[in-house]
Amino acid sequence: MKMTGAEIVVEVLIEQGVTELFGYPGGTALNIYEALYNSQDRIKHYLTAHEQGATHAADGYARSTGKTGVVIATSGPGSTNTVTGIATAYLDSIPMVVITANVGTPLIGKDSFQEVFITGITQPITKHNYAVRDISRLADTLRNAFKIAGSGRKGPVLVDIPKDITAQVYDYEPAERWVYEEKLSASQEELRDIACCIKKSKRPVICFGGGVISADAGEELVEFIAKTQIPACHTIMGTGVIGFGEELDMGIIGMHGSLTANHAIDECDLLIAMGTRFSDRVALKLSDFAPHAKVVHMDIDDSEIRKNVSADIAVVGDIKTELKNLIPMVCECRRPQWMESIKKWRMEDMKIYNQGFEGIRPADILDVIGEVCGKDAIIATDVGQHQIWAAQFCKKTKPRGFLTSGGLGTMGFGYGAAIGAQVGNPDARVFHITSDGSFHMNMNEACTAVSYNLPVITVILDNKVLGMVYQWQTSFYDKHYIATTVERKSDYVKLAQGFGANGYRAETREEFSAVLKQALEADKPAWIVCPIDCRERVLPMISSGDTVREVMTE
Amino acid sequence: MGINKVVIALLVENNANVLSRVSMLFGRRGYNIDSLTVSETNDPSISRITLVSHGDDRIIEQIILQTKKLVEVKAVRIEDENEAIMRELLLVKVAAEEAQRSAIRDICEVYKASIVDYSPDSIVCELTGKPSKIDGFLDVVAKYEILELCRTGVTAIDRGSRIMVCEDFESHRS
Repeated sequence: MKMTGAEIVVEVLIEQGVTELFGYPGGTALNIYEALYNSQDRIKHYLTAHEQGATHAADGYARSTGKTGVVIATSGPGSTNTVTGIATAYLDSIPMVVITANVGTPLIGKDSFQEVFITGITQPITKHNYAVRDISRLADTLRNAFKIAGSGRKGPVLVDIPKDITAQVYDYEPAERWVYEEKLSASQEELRDIACCIKKSKRPVICFGGGVISADAGEELVEFIAKTQIPACHTIMGTGVIGFGEELDMGIIGMHGSLTANHAIDECDLLIAMGTRFSDRVALKLSDFAPHAKVVHMDIDDSEIRKNVSADIAVVGDIKTELKNLIPMVCECRRPQWMESIKKWRMEDMKIYNQGFEGIRPADILDVIGEVCGKDAIIATDVGQHQIWAAQFCKKTKPRGFLTSGGLGTMGFGYGAAIGAQVGNPDARVFHITSDGSFHMNMNEACTAVSYNLPVITVILDNKVLGMVYQWQTSFYDKHYIATTVERKSDYVKLAQGFGANGYRAETREEFSAVLKQALEADKPAWIVCPIDCRERVLPMISSGDTVREVMTE
Repeated sequence: MGINKVVIALLVENNANVLSRVSMLFGRRGYNIDSLTVSETNDPSISRITLVSHGDDRIIEQIILQTKKLVEVKAVRIEDENEAIMRELLLVKVAAEEAQRSAIRDICEVYKASIVDYSPDSIVCELTGKPSKIDGFLDVVAKYEILELCRTGVTAIDRGSRIMVCEDFESHRS
């Protein structure tokens, strides 16, 4: 069938199962938007306030649904505005296809108006990218983009299309939606080795990361943990798979990990790592990480094995398949002595978490949300202290229910991500946990939530400082507070109302419970601002290069 | 862990930007490129890159695994110094007055280098050979005044019937 390039773009998106996408129009993207206009009954476009918001929304959509998120942006600044969002998705291995329009082919390379070499700019932050130069390659290039984004270790792919190609006419041949079926797995022998190690181990630990979530292996992991009775900790990217406070849950590992998790890693004789890359925030001192342990490393990306931590047994493949095969092989064994140590450390953790200041505390906020909304709520965070508190204290979550920028640490990620999650999960309750620092970066996306009536509830932990940096200045720079204590006069309640959302303020746990109920009943975008004492710190903390033996607990 | 020098051969899709993708990967991860050559192969859709790098075993392993992840890279291998024929081309312009010419000519003869240009003040020598041979030649020529020098970097091919072919990394694509 003869179609314009722009129509081919939209047809391929639909063919690949895309029902929603995020973007922002502009001169060179107009043909694509014309094609979207004619296909509104089949594919819905969400206009954001800024292209960064669009990429974070596509990212949150992808994280919360498992589908590939799609973004459209125009040339020049439209394209460069997607860069932070693409890098965020890249560092966390989130499947995303970003379509950027560019100036027409004859204008490329001439520093034309709104021309930028976006494939060059995004080369190191995409899994792959394409600059389309020939309409005959357009459809297959887009199909490949989806294939690359959604296969193996997932990630963002950018396709740059010059305006003249979107206007040219070519034959469109429909194709099947590409489905990722190939599930590479380890040999039975390798898995038997792991089962054997588990049987022999007296002090085993599981440490898992976002790879478990992206492989949709949460259920299998829970079953594996229950059967083997091995205590498990996770990276911030693994948050949501096992419930906080469950017998075998040790919480987060690493810089702001629990004492339990960090002590357990320090003393374990077997470490089973799954879908994690041992980043510098997890393995703080490589030469002294899990010093007594035999390390089993399971990951889909063979370049992650031995990149940071050496593995005694390496298994490359799909975690879900591997766990399914491994579960029948492992023994059910109890290790009462090891669990005693875990219990002892957990009591120490509780002491740390319970210290604090007057007024509403971060843990209270997460607690109330959990009580009211249960584990089906989706929580998106920004970056900083509130992010770690959210990960430490969100007691009720499920896989794909906790969305955070773990690798790039992008302040301003949360609102877009929450909006994307709400689009992908219209019946879920979506929370955006943020702080006064992060929120000021991208609060403009409130207009998106309001325009599409996406009832995202934003909770602002307002401590009047840039908390995480402030905490470092407190601990490491003799309280030399610079550029962290800016007195902003922003009135969040009025701002929310100005955007057309509801604004609330809560100063105690009881007030928070009450306004949360009101906000939920109103079923429209809402901001709840909670003043937090700026002396509240994220604890425990282990500095880079230190071990749990040098942990800060107060 | 010791530092090793390795010669790595890559078959890549002959697309615009492919060289920049490979070199950017090295740049951003801090791997070294000592030399790099690239050209189209007998299959015009495939180019071959020969790259010399150095690092400890872990870095070399990472180089191979990370390079394989590039979508346009179709095959990667480390060339075995004993199996492969490795060659490099040198062009060097040496200042040469009448008095020095015969001595330089003698050196060229020993190393089987050709003199490809004579001018009143200088000589241009051309030498093809293993990098070690070129290093040796340059050591000797260094006692004269070298005006300009360029080397192509190593290119390598296996002896016998072993042929480098495009592989399907699809299942490992990550």
